[in-house]
Amino acid sequence: MKNKRTELQVSAISNGTVIDHISSENTFRVFQILNLDQAKNQVYVGTNLDSKKLGKKGIIKISGRFFKPDEINKIALAAPQATLIEIRDYVISKKEKIVLPKTVEKVVKCYNPKCVTNHQQIPTRFNIVKDHHGVTKLACHYCEKTMVQEDIIFV
Amino acid sequence: MSQLKNRSLVSITDYSKDDILKVLEIAADFEKDPRQPILQGHVIASLFFEPSTRTRLSFESAVQYLGGSIVGFASADSSSVQKGESLKDTILTVSNYSDLIVMRNPLDGSARYASEVSPVPIINAGDGANQHPTQCLLDLYSIQKTQGTLENIHIAMVGDLKYGRTVHSLVQAMSLFNATFHLVSPESLKLPSAVKRWISEAGLEYHQYTDLSEVIPNVDIIYMTRIQRERFPDPLEYEAVKNAYVLENKMLENSKDNMRVLHPLPRVNEISTDVDDNPKAYYFQQAQNGVYVRQALIAAILGLKQ
Repeated sequence: MKNKRTELQVSAISNGTVIDHISSENTFRVFQILNLDQAKNQVYVGTNLDSKKLGKKGIIKISGRFFKPDEINKIALAAPQATLIEIRDYVISKKEKIVLPKTVEKVVKCYNPKCVTNHQQIPTRFNIVKDHHGVTKLACHYCEKTMVQEDIIFV
Repeated sequence: MSQLKNRSLVSITDYSKDDILKVLEIAADFEKDPRQPILQGHVIASLFFEPSTRTRLSFESAVQYLGGSIVGFASADSSSVQKGESLKDTILTVSNYSDLIVMRNPLDGSARYASEVSPVPIINAGDGANQHPTQCLLDLYSIQKTQGTLENIHIAMVGDLKYGRTVHSLVQAMSLFNATFHLVSPESLKLPSAVKRWISEAGLEYHQYTDLSEVIPNVDIIYMTRIQRERFPDPLEYEAVKNAYVLENKMLENSKDNMRVLHPLPRVNEISTDVDDNPKAYYFQQAQNGVYVRQALIAAILGLKQ
């Protein structure tokens, strides 16, 4: 067969955001926490794509949308190694590796059912810490319990 | 200005080693003379959203020995919480009527939150399963008093080391004083690894045991704890370990002369009543020390003692 295509072609977006280098298993988590199922514009999702850096990676392209710091913090928690690329008029206007903040506020729900934040109207606050194995954990500012990323429920 | 003035106490880790030693020094002064009328004209709010015997009564007696007045409630049933009032509104309201608020609340983290919204200092008298720093301070006072020092103590902690909040706080505090920890518990109730890391990060040693009799001859303090039914998610897990350790008088025969038995109380059956008459039993004096330590805290936070 002639001209066999080896790559899936996805059209470039004119304005919007590309979230690249998502670990494959977290691709749909990122999609979900950003409520992209509600999006009205074009959204492309790719997962298990070959990546020199990660082996396999996920990528999400969202047309006509730019994310606020709170949303970027959510992406950072779900996909800490991701790259955020903003495109304006087909040109990359910003490209940065997402960095985990030291604290996150109003983004995550505490997993401890007895935490005061689950009973009173209090904005949640977590310190992002690494344990002695280097695993990222979230320590609740109020109840002092720590949770791993798998326990995260976004507000 | 005093180092503790106007500072809330939510967690024992809010206090440095110097802060702790300052409170214990003031407590020793109150032990010599507990009836000093320094709180005359002051109002202390005592907000107990859940029942307590020792903590509430010792706070209230601490205030009354010092000539202060108390307002508050002993259960959420007798407060506006019943009407659905938020914690923030309760704290802001009560802060209008008092110089300092002592609070116990069943929700983890409630004391930290209260300290952030309150214009007057908060003393945490227990926030759920999280922190109980005044218990920790009275434990430290009792250790210092019976041993003459807090430094280089060999302490055995016995029973529920997994869920027991007093154990976790005491480990954190004693890690400031070069302690060696002897941790005695059933396999299922071992000290959580995050708490053990406090010990390692302080460069100190801990040893884990399941047999209590093994450690008794080697330690300065035996800190017994109740295995608390209410902390267990699974009742079968509780049944399997509820009588794991019972300290009996004859077991103390080979203990060191300076050894003392502590317990945060209430006990159920983990210390046999035949230990009560042994001069090495110190748990009732320990509860009494709670009054002096709470007097010291209130006086220091209000800037009345330095």
